[in-house]
Amino acid sequence: MASALINVPAHAKRGDVIEIKTLMSHVMETGYRHTADGKVVPRDIITSFTCRYNGVEIFRADLFQAIAANPFVTFFTVAAESGKFEFEWIGDNGFSETASASISVA
Amino acid sequence: MRKQDYSTRRQFLGLAGGAAMVGAVPIVTLREAEATPATLAAAIHNVVGTAEVRTGKVKLDVPPLVENGNTVPMTVSVSSPMTSDDHVASIHVFNEKNPQPNIGNFYLGPRAGRAQISTRIRLADSQKIVAIARMSDGSFWSASADVVVTLAACTEEVI
Repeated sequence: MASALINVPAHAKRGDVIEIKTLMSHVMETGYRHTADGKVVPRDIITSFTCRYNGVEIFRADLFQAIAANPFVTFFTVAAESGKFEFEWIGDNGFSETASASISVA
Repeated sequence: MRKQDYSTRRQFLGLAGGAAMVGAVPIVTLREAEATPATLAAAIHNVVGTAEVRTGKVKLDVPPLVENGNTVPMTVSVSSPMTSDDHVASIHVFNEKNPQPNIGNFYLGPRAGRAQISTRIRLADSQKIVAIARMSDGSFWSASADVVVTLAACTEEVI
């Protein structure tokens, strides 16, 4: 289930600061909610998000229950070289998703 | 006859007042699970240790009034040249009254170019949000913002 939305500019000038927007489809169940008959809904969240640029980690985040469903994270990086961004989300119950995006730097 | 009416009315009001008091008690006990300023302070201490946290450099953007606490846009930016000698190492965001005090930890580096992150958060109550930035020289800077929430998140019943 490819459920990630990534927004990376396709082209950039060397040295430009570019914005990267990511969205991953996930319920982010807090573990604090109850069903009508009083049972606790177990926690199911994404706990970690990582972005690598040509294999080097440039951004990482620890996520908690206080992050809204379908975690949306944006950050910046310097366009250093043409190549590939790799994104990885890891969460409860063995959740693991990856996505990638390419950039050409002139 | 008239006098008796008056006394039953008084009894009724007394009973109604008593019922309201009883009704209020469970609401108070439900609040115990929430993060309190003490747990907020403990969560900040876990990140900062005994270092001094100064106010400034950090800008925390959240709407002052939100209708729905389930998704609240938040942006944290830090004024920093973002060079290899002087950059923001990480940004930590905390809340005061959600069931647990952490919102997120974001690790940046000199390659970020600009120390700014955005995400969407959940807020269970009207409360204070605190953002703390750790600089490459080990200093900590913070900003806080108060948010009023009309519809709370996190603990509502699943239907």
